[in-house]
Amino acid sequence: MLKIEHISTYYGNIQALKDISISVSEGEIITLIGANGAGKSTTLMSLCGIVPVRSGKITFDGQDITTMTPDKIVSLGISQVPEGRRIFPLLSVKENLDMGAFLRNDKEGIKRDIEYIYTLFPRLAERRNQQGGTLSGGEQQMLAISRALMAKPRLLLLDEPSLGLAPLIVQQIFEIIKKVNEENKTTVFLVEQNANMALKIAHRGYVLETGKITMTDNADKLLSNEDVKKAYLGI
Amino acid sequence: MNLEYFFSLFLGGMTRGSIYALIALGYTMVYGIIKLINFAHGEIYMIGAFTALIIGGALSLTSMNPVAIFIIAAIVAIVYSAAYGYTIEKIAYKPLRNAPRLSALISAIGVSIFLQNYVLLSQTSDFLPFPNLLPEFGFLKPVENFLSTTQFLILLSTAVVMILLTILIKFTKMGKAMRATAQDQQMAQLVGINVNRVISMTFIIGSATAALGGVLITTHIGQINFYIGFIAGIKAFVAAVLGGIGSIPGAVLGSFVLGLTESFGTGYISSDYEDAFAFIILILILIFKPSGLLGRKENEKV
Repeated sequence: MLKIEHISTYYGNIQALKDISISVSEGEIITLIGANGAGKSTTLMSLCGIVPVRSGKITFDGQDITTMTPDKIVSLGISQVPEGRRIFPLLSVKENLDMGAFLRNDKEGIKRDIEYIYTLFPRLAERRNQQGGTLSGGEQQMLAISRALMAKPRLLLLDEPSLGLAPLIVQQIFEIIKKVNEENKTTVFLVEQNANMALKIAHRGYVLETGKITMTDNADKLLSNEDVKKAYLGI
Repeated sequence: MNLEYFFSLFLGGMTRGSIYALIALGYTMVYGIIKLINFAHGEIYMIGAFTALIIGGALSLTSMNPVAIFIIAAIVAIVYSAAYGYTIEKIAYKPLRNAPRLSALISAIGVSIFLQNYVLLSQTSDFLPFPNLLPEFGFLKPVENFLSTTQFLILLSTAVVMILLTILIKFTKMGKAMRATAQDQQMAQLVGINVNRVISMTFIIGSATAALGGVLITTHIGQINFYIGFIAGIKAFVAAVLGGIGSIPGAVLGSFVLGLTESFGTGYISSDYEDAFAFIILILILIFKPSGLLGRKENEKV
C-alpha cells in the first residue's frame, strides 16, 4: 500500500534521513522504533509532504506522492497524529474534530462519526465545548487520535502517542490503536520510543539509527533480538 | 460642559475608529496567519479610494443616479483592491514564505513605496476633490449637528462588516480553517487544509475591508491624494497593536480606543497634536502591555 524507496531528507546541509526504504501492506500495524533524533518524526513529515524529500520515491497505492502538497496527500487517505499532539489550542474539542474532517463533505456522516468518537472517549463528549488547549495531556492525545480518525484515513500515522503520558493512559491509547486496526481495517504506521509497547501490538518493525534503517523483521522476532533488547528494551 | 460638543466629538471618534477598524482588520488577520506586518496594507486603502474616484468620475458623465454611481464605484473599488491584495501576496510575500521574517517585512515596505509612487506618477500629487454622491438622509435631520449622513453610513457599514466577519470566522468552514491555520500552520496542512488558499483568502478579505474604509472616509472628507494610505495605515497599525496584534476583536477595540482618544484629544486639548496621540498610545502600550489589550502572550514553539 505504502512504499518508501531510498529516500534522503536534509535540513539545510544536515542529512536527517539516509536512503530509507519502508513498505507497509494493507491492514498491517508496522512500527518504526529508534532513539531520540534518529529521524523518526522526519520520516513521517517527509511522507506527509511537510519536509521535502531530496532523493528517492514515495508511492501510495502505486501513485507517486513524493512531491505532492500535504493537503493532497491527506485527501488520498493518509492522516497523521503528530508528535506533541498539536491540538488547535483555541478551537473547541468539537471544532478540532471538525477540522479532522476538513476534506469530507458528508455532513450526516461527520455527525455520526463525531458521536462515535464521543462513545469511544466519553471524556471528550463531556468537554466538547471546551478549548482544546485546556485539556490534560491524555485527553489531548485522545483528541489528536480522534481528529485523525475523523478523516476516515486508510493509513494512520502515529508519532510517539505514548510520550509524556501516564502508563495507564498509554495502555488505553494502545488498545484504541489496536481496535482501530482490527475493526476499521485501518493500516497503522506507528513511530515510538517505547519499543516494548510498540512491538507488542505491531506486526512488523523497523529500527532506525541516526537516519538509517539498521534492522527490520517481524515484531515478535525483534522483541527477542539481543541487540534490540539491549538498545531499546532496557533488558 | 457642552453636551452637544461632547456628543459630536464622541461620534467623530467612533467614525474614525470605524475606519481604523476596517483597515486594522487586514493587519491583524494577516499577522495572525503568516506573522507578517503587511506595511503595504495602507496603500490598498488608498488604491480603493482612487479606484472609487476614477469610476465615480467616469460614471458622473452619464446621467446615472448618484447613489447608484456611489454603490457601483464602491463595489468596483472593493473588488479591484481585493485583487491587488491577492496579487501582492503572490508576488511579494509567497516566495519569501520560508525566508527570515525580516525579508518579507522589507518586501512589504518595498511594495508600499512602489504603490505610492505608481499612483503618484499615474495620477497626480495634488489633492483631488472626492464628490459626495450621497443625499442627506431625512431621518438624521434632528441630529444633523453632530451626525452627518456619511458618518452614519460609516458606522452602519462597519457594524455590518464586523457582524459578517464574525459569522464567517466563527461558523463557516473557511473561518475555522483560518483560525486553525493561525494557531498551527503545519498541523492545519496535516488535516488537509490548503494553507495557500487560506492565506489568499485572508489577503482578499483584509483588502476588501480596507478598500471599503477608503471609499467611505474619502466620501466623508471630500479629497484624496496618493499619500493618504501612509498615515491611515500607520494609525490602523497602531490600533491593531494596541488591541493585540493577531486578535480580531482586539483590532476593533484598539481602533475605537484610538479613534476616541484622537477625537477627544483634538477637541479638548489641541488639534495641533492630532497625529501625536496615536504614537503616544503606541509608546505607552509597548511599555506597559506589549501584548496589547486583548492579545495573547506569544509562546514560542521549540
